[in-house]
Amino acid sequence: MSATAPPAARACPDDGTAGPEPALRTTPLHEVHVALGAVLTAFAGWTMPLRYGSELAEHHAVRSSAGLFDLSHMGQLEVTGADAAAFLDYALVGRLSAVQPGRARYTMLCAPDGGVLDDLVVYRLEPQRYLVVANAANTAAVLAELVARTAGFGADVADVSDRWALIAVQGPRAAAILAPLTGADLPSLRYYAVDVAWLAGRPVLLARTGYTGEDGFEIYCAPADAAAIWTAVTAAGAGHGLVPAGLACRDTLRLEAGMPLYGHELTAEVSPYQAGLGRVVAHDKPGFVGREALAARREQAADVLVGLVSGGRRAPRPGYAVLDPDTGARVGTVTSGAPSPTLGRPIALAYVAADRCAVGTVLTADIRGSHETVTVVELPFYRRTQEGRR
Amino acid sequence: MSIPQQLKYTREHEWLAADGDTATVGITAFAADALGDVVYVELPRPGQLVAAGEPCGEVESTKSVSELYAPADGEVVAVNEAVAADPGLLNTDPYGQGWLFRLRLATAPDLLDAAAYAALTGEAA
Repeated sequence: MSATAPPAARACPDDGTAGPEPALRTTPLHEVHVALGAVLTAFAGWTMPLRYGSELAEHHAVRSSAGLFDLSHMGQLEVTGADAAAFLDYALVGRLSAVQPGRARYTMLCAPDGGVLDDLVVYRLEPQRYLVVANAANTAAVLAELVARTAGFGADVADVSDRWALIAVQGPRAAAILAPLTGADLPSLRYYAVDVAWLAGRPVLLARTGYTGEDGFEIYCAPADAAAIWTAVTAAGAGHGLVPAGLACRDTLRLEAGMPLYGHELTAEVSPYQAGLGRVVAHDKPGFVGREALAARREQAADVLVGLVSGGRRAPRPGYAVLDPDTGARVGTVTSGAPSPTLGRPIALAYVAADRCAVGTVLTADIRGSHETVTVVELPFYRRTQEGRR
Repeated sequence: MSIPQQLKYTREHEWLAADGDTATVGITAFAADALGDVVYVELPRPGQLVAAGEPCGEVESTKSVSELYAPADGEVVAVNEAVAADPGLLNTDPYGQGWLFRLRLATAPDLLDAAAYAALTGEAA
């Protein structure tokens, strides 16, 4: 038996059994993961839990009750100063000046040519203080790019990643699990809102954000408090079906929710429009980095991201070709794919030619030499009921 | 993880249990654990001739796909329909209910014993 690695890089390396290399960083919760018997994997320069037991069980737990994730590898950058809002309006594609303190926004850092350098969640903590959360692998590049863009602005950008651990509680029971632990008014904490709160007796930033398609919370805390908070949430979740959840299920959860993963759906070669995320670009905003290129790329008939479902048993994997079913001509490339635990059949995201993206279009995926019929479907593949969405 | 003493092993993590001129084939607990939850197994067909070291099937988990290699030359005489229907058996019982197929051996296979396989994987035999 041997792994047949797809040509593209994967969210999760195949070999989750390899011992951590010395160069890898560990999170403040590393000892907790080891004690839980986690299978560890190298991810973006960090040793992270891939799964604790069965990744399918973890996936189903997040859909039905709740999962507890260590996301401390994510990068945090703090933007402060009198011009913080104007600076972010210039540096990022969204209108961050319009975000009220206590709210968050999903946005992107684009290159001058309109390519995506990273997708970000930006929290406005105070009128002149923002927290920018970047993908672990991109943190250094985002920092350098933002610092370079501060010229002429009264704004400072600092890497504060070492000051924050990040724990996520995701799933329909998340609010019920956290409510007894915090004085925060959870029911009134809206989706994409953030609040300073106490949790298990420790100060945290509590945000109603996530990457699973479920209701959930992301808890930013001091690294020294992470283990105590993890333990408290674990205890509070015991009667609710909460389980620790690793990166393996995080990837299948976000895929079902149609959420992009940097390095797969988002790269410096694609524009937000191609990824179906043109809504994040504030066109009516005056000068910002990438504005002219983005205006041009908005009109281009470039390949676009679609969802595919397969009637077969084998999942299209990253890098696999998408073909015209009649001629066999290549019309696209898979960026992510897996057997969907919730839907019970293979799903994939792929970039396909603009004339192949209509829902219902029948295409072929070349799965290691055999051709499987796939159909373009509306994204997301999975949508939770509205309970918990505010 | 267990490495049964009575079985023979390949470097690609298949096991083989010989019984006269037939043999039962599966993948090891080490391999199943590395894959994670197995969700799809593609097995060779009864009557198919397989050659040692050649791909004859696939094992797919949520995060990866691995090829299954024939551990010996021979003809497939039976396949485990139960594991095709419930691939999770590969994770829960890789040396028992999770067996994959049976071969009529054409030649005596040249395989690792449990101690050599344990050394290969760094596991205790």
